[in-house]
Amino acid sequence: MSVEHPGADLDPHGDVTVDRVALADELAGGGASVAASADVAELALRIGDDALVLSQRLGDWITRAPELEEDVALGNIALDLLGHARSLLHYAGTIDGRSEDDLAYFRDEPDFRNAWLFEQPNGDFAHTIARQLFASTYLVELHRGLESSTDATIAAIAAKASKEVDYHRDHAIQWTLRLAGGTEESRRRMIRAVEQTWPYVGELFVDDELATRLADDGIAPLPSSLRPAFDDVIDAVFAEADLARPEGRLAFVVGGRGRSGGHTEHLGPLLAEMQVLARAHPGASW
Amino acid sequence: MPADAASRAAWDVAATVTDPEVPVLTIEDLGVLRSVAVDDDGAVHVELTPTYSGCPAMDAMRDDVLLALTHAGYDRVDVRMVLAPAWTTDWMSDAGRDKLRAYGIAPPSGSAPVRDAGPIRVRLAVKCPRCGSLNTRELARFGSTSCKALFECRDCLEPFDSFKVL
Repeated sequence: MSVEHPGADLDPHGDVTVDRVALADELAGGGASVAASADVAELALRIGDDALVLSQRLGDWITRAPELEEDVALGNIALDLLGHARSLLHYAGTIDGRSEDDLAYFRDEPDFRNAWLFEQPNGDFAHTIARQLFASTYLVELHRGLESSTDATIAAIAAKASKEVDYHRDHAIQWTLRLAGGTEESRRRMIRAVEQTWPYVGELFVDDELATRLADDGIAPLPSSLRPAFDDVIDAVFAEADLARPEGRLAFVVGGRGRSGGHTEHLGPLLAEMQVLARAHPGASW
Repeated sequence: MPADAASRAAWDVAATVTDPEVPVLTIEDLGVLRSVAVDDDGAVHVELTPTYSGCPAMDAMRDDVLLALTHAGYDRVDVRMVLAPAWTTDWMSDAGRDKLRAYGIAPPSGSAPVRDAGPIRVRLAVKCPRCGSLNTRELARFGSTSCKALFECRDCLEPFDSFKVL
């Protein structure tokens, strides 16, 4: 059997010599022999909630996107993110026995740890694309950093997610170029969307106590360390699209408090819609 | 492939399971079937790797592997999902690529490291699986499933799916 994946001398179809200790529990539905530490569980909640909330937002576009192909694209991106959220929330729940569904459906607003960017409303299509551009550019850098995490489960989830968010970023960049270079109207809307979304970027790169401990332990990159690579990509895209960084506007938002459970008024309605069925019929399966 | 005969026999059974979304490919062709081992007590342990984190076909594949092995007489079957190392289209067999092409889906063009370029990418041409023309155009980056993009051929005018490099 020919195997040609790079730099590996193992046969992916046979005797895989990877660390098997944590692997059984990586995916939703796995066993629970490996539990996350308190810090890792909190990290998994942060990035799991980012993915879950953004996935829910993107799902709203299905049947409403400007073209059929875009319904499919945004739906597929949402599905990838939901996959990341399932793996991460499942892992986060191993610390206290809560399931991924418990965490998704039976936590209230102050218990969610997502950054404000991810809960921002869809707005018009340009707003969604601006949010996707910033979110996926951040996620590419985050997951690349997490691939070398000293926590084997986090590293495995990130290695998988890394390749997927790379496609999401590509999609957002192509649309940014198209809208900014399209008609006068599409360009006007793209500029406005970038201006209104940009203030939520700052929160992604704030180092707090937990982030510092995680970095010291080699579990996650320090958020601020991801900023230069993020800026390089955004600058390159903005140069190509003839857009400018809207520095200085709405600077007060930079102190978003999502990581500690403080949220904008937009998260509540999103959760209400996402959770209503599970809460009305506890224990139901569908 | 497993080293011992008992595990190899179980592998051959599991390897007949096909992808519910791309039924022309077996999970072996895809590289999704990662390991099969029969232990001393006769229990079968199967490891699968998901193509995409959110791929809805994975649950179906897990159930199908369980069914295939149960029908073949194995009464204790344990199917696990493993994430690391992450699946890549580079693991797709040559036979799998040929089957995809014959089925009307362009196989992944190039290998995964080719993708590691700057933020704004130049893309490799995708060859039309029907007429072989390179004069093709991407209609949508995300096709009918996460793993495919939608293209059209400017020569034979047919739309077709292209399996994305991952």
